[in-house]
This record gives sequence, C-alpha cells and structure tokens, in this order.
Amino acid sequence: MSTSCDLYRTVRLIRRFEERAIELVHSGVIIGGIHPYIGQEAVAAGVCAALRDGDIITSTHRGHGHVLARRADPARMLAELAGRSTGLNKGRGGSMHAADFSLGIFGANAIVGANGAITVGAVWAARRQAGEEGGPVGVSFFGDGAVNQGVLLEAMNLAALWRVPVLFVCENNGYATSLTVEDAVAGTITGRAEAFGMPAVTVDGADPQAVLDAADAAVLRARADGEPSLIECRTYRFDAHHTWEHGSRVRYRDEAEVALARTRDPVEIQGSRLSGVDRMAIDAEIEALLDCAVEFAVGSPRPDPAGALDHLYATGMRGRSGSG
Amino acid sequence: MPWLSYRKALNRALAGELAGDPDVFVLGEDVRVAVSTVTAGLAGRFGSGRVLDTPLSEQAFTSFATGAALAGLRPVIEFQIPSLLFLVFEQIANQAHKFSLMTGGQCSVPVTYLVPGSGSRTGWAGQHSDHPYSLFAHVGVKTVVPASPTDAYGLLSTAIRDDDPVVVFAPAGALAVRENVDFAELAAVPLGVGRVRREGDDVTVVAIGHLVWDALAVADEMAGEASVEVFDPRTLYPFDWDGLAVSVAKTGRLVVIDDSNRSCGIGAEILATAAEWFGLPAAPARVTRPDGAVLPYAAELDRAVQPSRAQLVSAIQRVLNDGGSHAR
Repeated sequence: MSTSCDLYRTVRLIRRFEERAIELVHSGVIIGGIHPYIGQEAVAAGVCAALRDGDIITSTHRGHGHVLARRADPARMLAELAGRSTGLNKGRGGSMHAADFSLGIFGANAIVGANGAITVGAVWAARRQAGEEGGPVGVSFFGDGAVNQGVLLEAMNLAALWRVPVLFVCENNGYATSLTVEDAVAGTITGRAEAFGMPAVTVDGADPQAVLDAADAAVLRARADGEPSLIECRTYRFDAHHTWEHGSRVRYRDEAEVALARTRDPVEIQGSRLSGVDRMAIDAEIEALLDCAVEFAVGSPRPDPAGALDHLYATGMRGRSGSG
Repeated sequence: MPWLSYRKALNRALAGELAGDPDVFVLGEDVRVAVSTVTAGLAGRFGSGRVLDTPLSEQAFTSFATGAALAGLRPVIEFQIPSLLFLVFEQIANQAHKFSLMTGGQCSVPVTYLVPGSGSRTGWAGQHSDHPYSLFAHVGVKTVVPASPTDAYGLLSTAIRDDDPVVVFAPAGALAVRENVDFAELAAVPLGVGRVRREGDDVTVVAIGHLVWDALAVADEMAGEASVEVFDPRTLYPFDWDGLAVSVAKTGRLVVIDDSNRSCGIGAEILATAAEWFGLPAAPARVTRPDGAVLPYAAELDRAVQPSRAQLVSAIQRVLNDGGSHAR
C-alpha cells in the first residue's frame, strides 16, 4: 500500500487505541489512568515512518503513539496497560514505561526530559558495535515541557559534539500539563538546538506527511554523517493531560480553543488523502485488531504477587523481604 | 613481593577489564590525563574511543552510560567528587536502577560508578566531602566500599562484570593504603561477602571502608582490655548478614563505625537487623557522623564531624560494660 495509507493506518490505530484505552480507564480495567495521545498522532506516525528496523526510539509519559507507531503489538500493549503478565513489560511498567527492546523501543520514560541522554548513549554504543555498517539512528520524543530540563540540553550538546545521530523530536502541544509554552519558554525551542549547531525545523504537527518529510530529511543527514537534528512539531492535545482530569475541576484552556484545534485533526487530514474505499477498509481492519486486543488484554492472567520484584536485578539477586 | 597502592589497584582493575572485554569503556571528567590518577595510562593504551573525556554534564553522561549499557556495552563512569552523586541520583536511582524491573526484564544496565576519593579529603569542605553510600544501599543499588587495595581490585573487577548498576566508593581515607601482594594472585571478589579482618572474642566491630583501619588500630590499642573482632562487610548492598551473624554469635556484642550521617545510615540498618535477628545480650552501639552533618572546612571542624577512634573506644567500652550477661 501507499505511504498515505500507511500513515493513515498508524494515526487511526493510535486514535482508536487511545479511545479504547480511555474506555478501559473509565471501566476500571486500567488502574493508573493514561496520558492520552489523541490529537498528536501525526507526530509519532510521521517520525516512525522515516525509520527502519534496528533504529532506536525512546518515549515519554504520553507514549502510546510512539510505541504503536514503532509497530509494537497493540494487544500486548493494551495488556500492559491493564497490568497483565502478557503485557509488553509483563505488567511491570504500565502506561508510562512501555518498552519493546526487540523493536528498538528503549522504553517510555516518566521523567520529563530524561530520555534524551539515554538515547544518545544507546545510539552511540550501537553504532560503535556496528562499525562499518553504520548502525542505527535514534529518536528521542519529548514535549514542550522538556525543553527547560537541563539534562536534555546537556544531551543535545553531547549528540552534537560527538556526532551521534539522534532526532530530538519536540511535540509542542502548547502545554506542560497546565503551563503554557508562553509562560515557560524563553527564546525558542528550535533556538535551543541551533545553539549547539544542530539543524532545527518547525513543522505542522497535525499533518503526518509534513512530519514525515521533515523526519526523512533529518534521518538522511543522520545516516549520511551522524548529524543530530531537532524537529519541533506544533501539535495539540485534544484530550486531558491525564485521564485524571476527566473527573477533576481543573481548567486551564477554554472549550473554544480546544474546538478550534480539533478542526485540524490529524486523522481527518490524512484520511482525506485516501479513497473512501481504502479508508473504510483500514478502519474496519483496525476495529477488528483492537477488538482482539481488548479481548486479549482483559482475558489475560494477572501477575502472581509472589513475583512482584522479579526482574529487579538482571542477575536475579533477591534482597530481603519487607517483613519477618 | 611488590607494593600495591589503592589507586594502582583500581587502575589495574580498569586496565584488566578494558583488556579482557571490548564492551568495557571508561568515561568521566579529565580521565584521559587521569587527574585522579586512577585512569593513568589507559587512554594511551586503549585509545580515546574507550577512555572518553566528557564535558561537565554529569546528568547527561550518567544517562548516556545507561543508554550505552542498554545497547550492550559496559560503561565505567569515574566521578571526581562524591557529592556529584547527589546531582546524578535521578539518573542512577530512578533510571539505571529501575530499567530491569520496569521493562519486565527486557534489558540490563551494567554500569559501574566509581568514586575515587569519597568522604572527607580534609579541607575540601561542604560540597566535596560526602560519603553517600547509605543512600544507594537504601534504594537498592549495589554498593561496595573496599577498604584495601586487593579488595578495591577485586570488587571493582566484579562490579564491572556484574549485569546490574554498581557504585564503587573508594574512600579518600583509604587511598594511601598499600599492600604487599603477589600481583598474580589478585582476583575478583564476589559482591555480598564480608571479611573478618581481625579475629576476637568479646565484641564485633563492623567497620566500613577506611574506618576498617581505624577499627584495627583501636583493636590493637585495646588488646589489654578486650578482644575485638573487626568485620569488614566490603559490600553494603547486598550485605553479608550471614557472615555478620557468625561473628556476632561468637562475640555477642556489636559496635558499628560508619562514615554516614546518623539517621538512616547503613549503621542504623546494621543495628536494626541485629536487634531483630541476633538476640544480642547487650545493647549495640554505633559511631557515625552526627545527624544531618555538613562537613565544615577548618581541619578541627572537619575531624570533629567524622567518626573517631576515641569515639569507637568509648562505644566498645560502653557495649562491653552493658548489663547483659552474655555467656561464652
């Protein structure tokens, strides 16, 4: 199928996955809530479409889109959110830590700005091991809230200094929880990268194709000569910062603003590029996939509490128990 | 037999692991010229690709190492200043340490954090004189504090080969120690195995890091009045509880000397465990830094805040004179 169809399939999958996950939050199946990615799907879809097998990504607390766009199994992802032993992380990580190392997904990370340096180290190491073959490029996804975290800026410096080909992808959705970019960011987001001599562009983060074009250009440079880049994707989060908000009285943006943003829906933007037949076929395929995923997740066994600290140490070491 | 200094022991361990495993590399500040001397000669021998000078970006290069470990390498980070561990506590305790569990065992993070010169270096004042090993034991990061050159060699080698993060504290107070050893007999030392440094019958003194040497000196001084056993745990987490239990079962009395602040220091944990498990007939004692101590600059003040031999003598006497009736 065409790139347009692939991009549509990804944004539609993420959208419907998130909607199903929110239902499972409200019905109590997903206990910790989620940070919905709804509205930002074009970023994950566009960036990940520029990658190939072996590339490395790291993600955030709002990470379902990245993990799905990197082709993690939606059923095992949903099982992870439901805390089941069949989940990607065997129920040990949940929404904010989903990982699939077999696909180069080096984990969603719940500390804002923390994943950049991890990505730089991972890509540096993988390329060193690959030698002449070149090795992977990496992507560090983060939000606008992360651009004021010192460790992320330090990581950009290391990437530029040591020519580690990492795409720093900023999903600027306008808000760090409730704090606006205007109230948080002095200077510009791209300016931070430019200060390290790193190419930086701002793209329409509602348009999967626009994101893909920018990512393609950055990945090309990255593979050619190890150059890192920053891509600022202007996007908008249609839903809550966290599903906790659904039942709270916290208000930091008005309905009109959200309604206006919703007029530029990445699923509709990409969907309009497909024939009606193609679109319906993909929609049906995704509904069937997610029906199976929900069934798998809800029907999967819960982990045995006796193994609560399994995997704490890679060596299998056990500390003392908390009682007795 | 030749003399082995503590720093040279660390250097030999690093060189040995670099030579033996191409996945091992060293990074840190000023490691190529070896300001701490611990990395002396390594850049020349192994190249700057395996001995990396980093910018002063402790948080980023600590997580850089985590990423490199996730991708299959075995980084060793040198921190010139023990208090830098506070700056990177997030990167070690909240990132490196948690990856294995959070991912359901999909990955491991074999990073070694080496701190040559932990604790007071006399006159380096508030922000260069901490000894934060108890913090790492508390969060569950493997933590070793070797007292001697041979243990420094053996434990650093083991730390680098271990598949989990390990913090290696090389106390400033032990860096001057030298041992007369056969280099061919230097060997890895397993984590979690303590060592009786001096046998005794009346009281067990658990001494950590450089304080092992103070405890041995005190044991000599007190030889006329008490038979002191000195137990060097070497690893604080995992702790050799079985080894300590054997010692305390023999002596029936326990004193800990620990260069941590008093509240929630490893000394507190050792006493708590003894209270729960060892059935001590006499109340135990500990000698530590005071609660919440910040090391002041002036030499007299610096020393006043660190555990001293005089305090240890008093603590031993107090424990020996306790009303308990331990029968041997």
